[in-house]
Amino acid sequence: MSKLLEIKNLKVSFPTDDGDVKAVDGIDLTLNSGETVAIVGESGSGKTVTSLSILGLHNRASTNLSGEILVTTQAGVVDVVSAAEQDVRSIRGKNAAMIFQDPMSSLHPYYSITNQLSEAYRIHNKVSKQAAHNRSVEMLELVGIPEPAKRAKEFPHQFSGGMRQRVMIAMALINNPKILIADEPTTALDVTVQAQILLLLRDLQKEFKMGILLITHDLGVVAEVADRVNVMYAGKVVESGSVEDIYYQPAAPYTMGLLSSIPSVYGKGTGKLSAIPGQPPSLINLPKGCGFEPRCTLKHLVTGANCVTDKPNLIEDSAGHFARCHLDLETRKIEGKKVAAKGVK
Amino acid sequence: MTALLKVESLTKYFSAKSNSIFGANSGKVKAVDGISFEIAEGETLGLVGESGCGKTTAGRTLLRLLEPTAGTITYEGEDVTKLSRKALHDFRSKMQIIFQDPYSSLNPRHTIGKIIAAPFEIQNVTPPRGVKNAVQEVMERVGLNPEHYNRYPHEFSGGQRQRIGIARAIALRPKFIVADEPVSALDVSIQAQVINLLDDLQSEFKMSFLFIAHDLSVVQHISDRVAVMYLGKIMELAPTVDLYANPRHPYTKALLSAVPIPDPKLERSRERIILKGDLPSPINPPTGCVFSTRCWKAQDICRSTAPQLLQVGNSSVACHFPE
Repeated sequence: MSKLLEIKNLKVSFPTDDGDVKAVDGIDLTLNSGETVAIVGESGSGKTVTSLSILGLHNRASTNLSGEILVTTQAGVVDVVSAAEQDVRSIRGKNAAMIFQDPMSSLHPYYSITNQLSEAYRIHNKVSKQAAHNRSVEMLELVGIPEPAKRAKEFPHQFSGGMRQRVMIAMALINNPKILIADEPTTALDVTVQAQILLLLRDLQKEFKMGILLITHDLGVVAEVADRVNVMYAGKVVESGSVEDIYYQPAAPYTMGLLSSIPSVYGKGTGKLSAIPGQPPSLINLPKGCGFEPRCTLKHLVTGANCVTDKPNLIEDSAGHFARCHLDLETRKIEGKKVAAKGVK
Repeated sequence: MTALLKVESLTKYFSAKSNSIFGANSGKVKAVDGISFEIAEGETLGLVGESGCGKTTAGRTLLRLLEPTAGTITYEGEDVTKLSRKALHDFRSKMQIIFQDPYSSLNPRHTIGKIIAAPFEIQNVTPPRGVKNAVQEVMERVGLNPEHYNRYPHEFSGGQRQRIGIARAIALRPKFIVADEPVSALDVSIQAQVINLLDDLQSEFKMSFLFIAHDLSVVQHISDRVAVMYLGKIMELAPTVDLYANPRHPYTKALLSAVPIPDPKLERSRERIILKGDLPSPINPPTGCVFSTRCWKAQDICRSTAPQLLQVGNSSVACHFPE
């Protein structure tokens, strides 16, 4: 396994009239080849902003960015944060590509499928239009579009949602990138189609040894495909570890709350869901101490620190398993076990 | 339990207009194609299916927000499809709807107080201690701060807006509510709050729900019985326990199998059924069983004869070869 991507202390904020919106507040993350790393969190937790900044897709004029985003390329390591726009452009699509959440609005309605795929290919490869078209058809076949030669000449509106997402995947992979960022790739799709797309991504990952950074809010999808998981809340990673750590030994109260609040088809059904009380904080006025403190149901168990005034650090609980919480290790273990023991509801 | 609502062969076709200048195309989108079910007092019937299966159209046609093409809807012995405009206006106080999108279903220029007071005004109801009092009571009941009476929708988060939508729906204490994907726009932690609220309100006011959703786990949590729709038809209708533990229709089986379980070991060790292809067009549905084009059990009879919804054990199934 080789390291493809490393993010160090990334901070992204957007200045507004009301103050700085701290969308991402210091996160660290690595992605190796052949592995799937998930970023999980609710709306506004900063997961999409993180993924956009990896490709330098934010508006540079209205964004404050600090930290490092190191992308491994053939010519060495490039820091997206400090690199010039043209250097970032040579990475975009070639070393790291992205599939977006909404396949309905991320394809251009006026251009044929082959036109859009060829464009992505010809930016990085000096080839004829015909060669690019052939490559597009090859990619469409790879992602399971029936009659690819015929369908390539059609337009996005002639494709269903699932098919459009396949086209997006074909476009992202046309230059053989090593890093694939999938931002809620199946959220807009029905479950039966979601299952098809996840299977496709897994097969392609095996074939091309890609590292996939999966951004999602769906803990079911994460359980299905992720190797490692980062749980984000209010711009910070609150817990990070292997998928087993997160589901069977959750260590941050937010992760525990999230796991207990999902109903499951294999559950016992009735009975109250344990909702997390309250709502996420404003990113302009983050709490002074722990970001989750106002909603935390375990804060009364904390000793030796003040959740309201002291910011907790991300501390390694066991090998590779980190959590950001003032609770002592023992209490977290007991509470985490309780949540995991309840199993899927 | 007596049936509060009885739906028989409800059908809704939309005409598909062709853009051709050479005259009208007579195609029909068969959004809802002859569905029948009953809902008892205090019961929740879940209605699940993928996008385009007709579940939302079914819900709206039930309330006559859309005019049915054929079929009858009987509410407390009265045929809703035959009501005059005036009678329907009065009737609306007994049946309400909660919409999917809490952002577009509230008028941004009206205060919350005005939005929740609308049902009282429209139906000419004067509560004993005045409208404002009644509105504030219902706001409190759904977990909103009554002091926020004069605020506007943009000042609230998604979960709170959905509470406003719920407050508006229950303001006149209707006995029947269509909840059309009420939690699908919300984050999981907020979703759980809203589901719990709906649960509480139901046991408090003895309301019946038609709970429309695409999320099978949410439906399982809240429903007494579940109907599975595919391309305008009900494929299976069964008590929740039976449907989830023992799905009889191949489509139900495939649908349940496609839902990822939030447990990595369980999820990765199980066998999954992955359906091929997409939903066929409702303008030109397959002949015979509408699911036959994607079904792994399909035989010749499935492609020629449409199966009826028949009783198998505790469930009703529309399949020639039920499990």
